[in-house]
Amino acid sequence: MANQVNLKINGATVTVPENFTIMQAADSVSIRIPRLCYHSKLSPFGACRICIVEVEGMKNYAPSCSTPVREGMQVLTHSPGIRSARKNILELILKNHPADCRLCDKNGECELQELAEQLGMKEISGEGERKKFALDNSSRAIVRDSEKCILCGKCVRVCSEVQGVNALTFSGRGFKTNIIPAFGMPMGESVCINCGQCVNVCPTGALMERSSVDDVWKNIHDPDKIVVAQIAPAVRVAVGEAFGNEPGVDMTYQTVKALRMIGFDVVFDTQFSADLTIMEEGHELIKRLTNKGKIPMITSCSPGWVKFCEAFHPEFLENISTCKSPQQMMGALIKTYYAKKSGVDPARIYSVSIMPCTAKKFEAAREEMNASGYQDVDAVLTTRELVKMIKQKGILFNHLEKSEFDSPMGDSSGAAPIFGVTGGVMEAALRTAYEVLSGQELPEVKFSQVRGLAGIREAAVSINGQEIKVAIVNGLTNVHKLLTEVGEGKRTYHFIEVMTCPGGCLGGGGQPYPQGTNEALDTEVYKKRAEGLYNIDEHKTIRKSHRNPDIVTIYRDFLGKPLSPVSHKLLHTHYHLRQPKGIANDTKEAVSLFS
Amino acid sequence: MIKNIEKRETGDQKEFAKKLRLVDTHIRETVSEENRKGALMGVLHKAQNVFGYLPREAMELISQRLSVPTAHIYGMATFYNYFSLKPKAKFQICVCKGTACYVGGGARILQTLKKELKINEGDITADGLFGLNITRCLGCCGLSPVMQVNDDIYVRMVPEKVKAILETYRRLDKVGKKKKAVRRK
Repeated sequence: MANQVNLKINGATVTVPENFTIMQAADSVSIRIPRLCYHSKLSPFGACRICIVEVEGMKNYAPSCSTPVREGMQVLTHSPGIRSARKNILELILKNHPADCRLCDKNGECELQELAEQLGMKEISGEGERKKFALDNSSRAIVRDSEKCILCGKCVRVCSEVQGVNALTFSGRGFKTNIIPAFGMPMGESVCINCGQCVNVCPTGALMERSSVDDVWKNIHDPDKIVVAQIAPAVRVAVGEAFGNEPGVDMTYQTVKALRMIGFDVVFDTQFSADLTIMEEGHELIKRLTNKGKIPMITSCSPGWVKFCEAFHPEFLENISTCKSPQQMMGALIKTYYAKKSGVDPARIYSVSIMPCTAKKFEAAREEMNASGYQDVDAVLTTRELVKMIKQKGILFNHLEKSEFDSPMGDSSGAAPIFGVTGGVMEAALRTAYEVLSGQELPEVKFSQVRGLAGIREAAVSINGQEIKVAIVNGLTNVHKLLTEVGEGKRTYHFIEVMTCPGGCLGGGGQPYPQGTNEALDTEVYKKRAEGLYNIDEHKTIRKSHRNPDIVTIYRDFLGKPLSPVSHKLLHTHYHLRQPKGIANDTKEAVSLFS
Repeated sequence: MIKNIEKRETGDQKEFAKKLRLVDTHIRETVSEENRKGALMGVLHKAQNVFGYLPREAMELISQRLSVPTAHIYGMATFYNYFSLKPKAKFQICVCKGTACYVGGGARILQTLKKELKINEGDITADGLFGLNITRCLGCCGLSPVMQVNDDIYVRMVPEKVKAILETYRRLDKVGKKKKAVRRK
């Protein structure tokens, strides 16, 4: 343990470890120093200067985010001089920022707005020159509006330090500084893998998901269209946060009700297709293991990871399971299986998925994803966009009665909800693989050795006397490290679960913005969301995908058996090399965001 | 990558590939495996000197060889004034707009140059002969207003001198080309 240091903050003695910054010391005694460019899980940057404090004996105000504590230090965090200086700094930022807040998509959730309120900004003197940049909506997933950017650099750091993708950089200098992909490329042509972590940490509306809300309304109001929804597991334990509920509270059936009130004609559960993914992927794993196919097999449900592999690690393309993600399996089945069963012309179906993810927007638009003869999924809404629609429809979410999913793709086993947390796909796959391979009942459903939020985890599971070595990895910096070592032969596995975002889908780039003083990537929030998903699993009577009666039915009536020709046509896909080739950060140690 | 460029047959492309090879060789000869990350600045300097600017292909090559993301390289290349993303002109004109030169009429010199060359500051003429830039103080305020063409300094400038100065360099360029042509014979 580090040595302790005593200092005075606003006159009160505070004892903290010597490696703390002033901001951390203040946080530890419930004094909130305002901040914009600081994020506790990213490297300190000291760019915005909003967090300045007065330190006795120092000539200038010190940025508390990057000034270490010293023995005997005397700090004032909210003295009149500091408050006035902070206002001046904020005024300069606001002068170079559009003032049409009420028309901004981030309205009400903008840190800059909140800060103006906190600091008591009343007026801005005069008008200065304002930077002018074109809007970049070239990406299917993320819109970049540089005029709203305050250059805090959190997007650049999260993209580099957490995801290792390095899609963004500061270009130019001074007034012309802009955050942009390499060579000034549009986002859509860059190495960006659409994970949306930059959107999660952006304090303003400079980075946002490309909204499909208006398109979805248009189709809902079109009497000729049958609008079908599907909801991902991680949405249901996070959507409530936007309505003042604790993270992790299960809002599954309220969400179904809300979707019906919004005007969706049919509501299916992505958890059904998660079970289906396990059937296909589990059998693919068994086939690869028994036929000496390419191993390790790597999961394919996280579309950010898939693009990352295509651009950064093409040598592993054959290792990725050919299974489509649950979203795309459901998409293909809605326009074939459901259309056939209900006698509806698939051309009339408008298929919407609600996801915790921005990369799903990119995935739905991939040209391979039209096995049904149409684009399988027409629109993807993030959890945040769903919240917007609920509000736009005037629904009081917390007071809704519950409503059930529709048949025949509404039932799911306990193996499905845990898809939303890192390690969940692995656990679900092991439950089914164990019983299929051994022909015996699994003694203990819970595989606690694959649970947790650590960046890289390993386990060995004995099935039928054969030891299956598995790894679970989340956050692409960790993925890069793991794959590099697998490539060098330093690590060997049979099966790897990869999740693009730290924590898995529950920490996806489309989840509700942090509430109150929470920040994005908050450990406690993520733990509660994970707990929520494991709770849903525990309360299910059927907890293994292959026992889900809807799954048994679809194989009996439509698909035949796992890996059948029909399955191959509708539920499997392929991958291809992507340009420009990306170069990820080389890190010696795994990035551990959650302790 | 270099091979792909070499495959294109035109003379310009061959010259370009040759320069890329030069940068590549420089990296191989001067940068050790452990030093790859720290070598970026030096290698960019080399590339800037070889090409006269930093073409995208060079930055991509450097990215691959040093294992540094292109975003980092682009950030650095656009931050420092020394680096240029566009080919520089044969004759770089810098007009001083520092305090003394500004007071002494530097802005009028700039106006005249813009009119004569039909370009704005930061641009180069279509024939690649002249580039126009603004600078802040060349360190001889007593002789203001001042302008610089490559390594030559022109002091106590007046707009009337501009045309003649430009003509000098145009002639210089023609003579240079003629000399080359003679040599080739």
